[in-house]
Amino acid sequence: MSEADLGALFVTLRLAFATTIILLLIGTPLAWWLSRTRSRAKPVIEALVALPLILPPTVLGFYLLLLLSPARFPGSLIYDLTGYSLAFTFSGLVIGSVLYSMPFVIQPLQNAFSGVRQETLEVAATLGASPVDAFRSVVLPMVRSAYITAAILGFAHTVGEFGVVLMIGGSIPGETQVLSIAIYDHVESLEYAQAHTISGILFLVSFILLFLVYTGKRKSGMMRL
Amino acid sequence: MSVTAKIRFERPDFVLDAELALPAQSISVVFGVSGSGKTTLLRSLAGLESHTDNRIEVGGSVWQDNKRTIPTHLRKVGFVFQESRLFPHLKVAGNVRYGMKRNGQDPSGKYFERITRILDITDLLDRFPESLSGGEQQRVAIARALAIKPELLLLDEPLASLDLASKQKILPFISRIRNELKIPVIYVTHSLDEVVRIADWLILLDSGRVVAAGPVNEILTNPDIPLMFRYDASSVLEATVQERDIEHHLDFLTGDGYSLWVQSSDQPIGSAIRLSIAARDVSVTLSHAQDTSILNILPAVVESLSPDGESRTLVVLRIGSQLILARITSRSATLLKLEPGLAVFAQIKGVAVIS
Repeated sequence: MSEADLGALFVTLRLAFATTIILLLIGTPLAWWLSRTRSRAKPVIEALVALPLILPPTVLGFYLLLLLSPARFPGSLIYDLTGYSLAFTFSGLVIGSVLYSMPFVIQPLQNAFSGVRQETLEVAATLGASPVDAFRSVVLPMVRSAYITAAILGFAHTVGEFGVVLMIGGSIPGETQVLSIAIYDHVESLEYAQAHTISGILFLVSFILLFLVYTGKRKSGMMRL
Repeated sequence: MSVTAKIRFERPDFVLDAELALPAQSISVVFGVSGSGKTTLLRSLAGLESHTDNRIEVGGSVWQDNKRTIPTHLRKVGFVFQESRLFPHLKVAGNVRYGMKRNGQDPSGKYFERITRILDITDLLDRFPESLSGGEQQRVAIARALAIKPELLLLDEPLASLDLASKQKILPFISRIRNELKIPVIYVTHSLDEVVRIADWLILLDSGRVVAAGPVNEILTNPDIPLMFRYDASSVLEATVQERDIEHHLDFLTGDGYSLWVQSSDQPIGSAIRLSIAARDVSVTLSHAQDTSILNILPAVVESLSPDGESRTLVVLRIGSQLILARITSRSATLLKLEPGLAVFAQIKGVAVIS
């Protein structure tokens, strides 16, 4: 692998880690709320979260470009307020990836949370656990495997994204050039050998991650959960 | 530590409006058909129902009034639900200790040992809930609720989902809890058998209202309350073991103004035990029969007669200071010219020793 490709690998990993951590942090309260609420807003939020599953990534990328670009509203407003332009930056990529990978983290968490019965939380309350305490000491241990699934899927999906990055990230080496873009660039330049290497790596890594998810699922089915 | 509460809970199709004043250190049983509001009453006491307008005071501290509501996790309330609701990710010991840590109890101290011994679960501590039988799970759930040293213990039909053998194993534990831990216990059930076995105080709930409340035997033998017309109507007596006839496996008991022979129990001489006498096991005679196999023939006075509208009459009899029920045919009542105040003999064919 060339130095540029290693750089792309490093950017990809950094992006996937950052995105996964942010998604687990904001996904936990959001998935919990979705699993408990009877609000009429619930299907709206659920549909918005699920949109990246079917929307062409370029659509999401196009809107994000408008949002992040300093040249026009509302990106200009952000630029005026913060002095930062997020288009074609790593931070912009993180924002795009968080939105793009959100359903892959929210949905497993929401499903697992829905499986925790209200009755279990009531017991915890009668035993002196505050709601936050009960979440930490009862809910989290009961849904541990869902967190592993959510983290792996969020990570793997971010590694595999292309369209959104293309629209808002461009291909700045060391900053916004990720592996999927690097492959595209190599193929464009007819450098098939390099494209082969990276594609092979991505194929293997993706398979291993998914294999881990399904092995985990089988195990947790036998575990006392 | 007594309990007073005014519970008001409204839903479009159901209103619960109940006032309770329960004696300290006693088992109060809330009895009623399903839909009468028993569970809602308990849940309201624990703070698990919202949209209620309650005043709850337990042992001098106010849990809820119109100014403030103490949330469930800050009420010292032990709650045993119909299903055990054990935490599946914790072993038995972890389940029992969960509330101890959160209520200032030493999770491995003497109290933990005492509770697990009272409920007879010391051999189960290392097992996960899913490997336990229903009866074992429910005993763990009771231990877990007790482990926080609650100021009030609430049990919502804790035996409803269990078989008869498990029921009979668990019921004595509940009486032990009252005797050893000295806390008020409120026990919800729709089984009259459970009432007879453990209740000190009985509350009848019907369509969200308290229709009667008082010492258990007063309610069971009150002619204005329809309980006595049930097929399994019974009365409850307290008596003391005086001597034991080892040859015939019989104990001689005395109560306030009467004495009885019953089947030997494992209770030592001098201990107080609880008896129940089914109305169908008691008959009435005007003279003391000498040539009979019935052991217990007690002088009694007729307190009241209540025909059931068909062929039977329920007779409330006073023996000593206690009231018992007898179910006889209305035809016999007429032939014997029974009337309140008449001195008769109660022939008791069966006495169940409960504890």
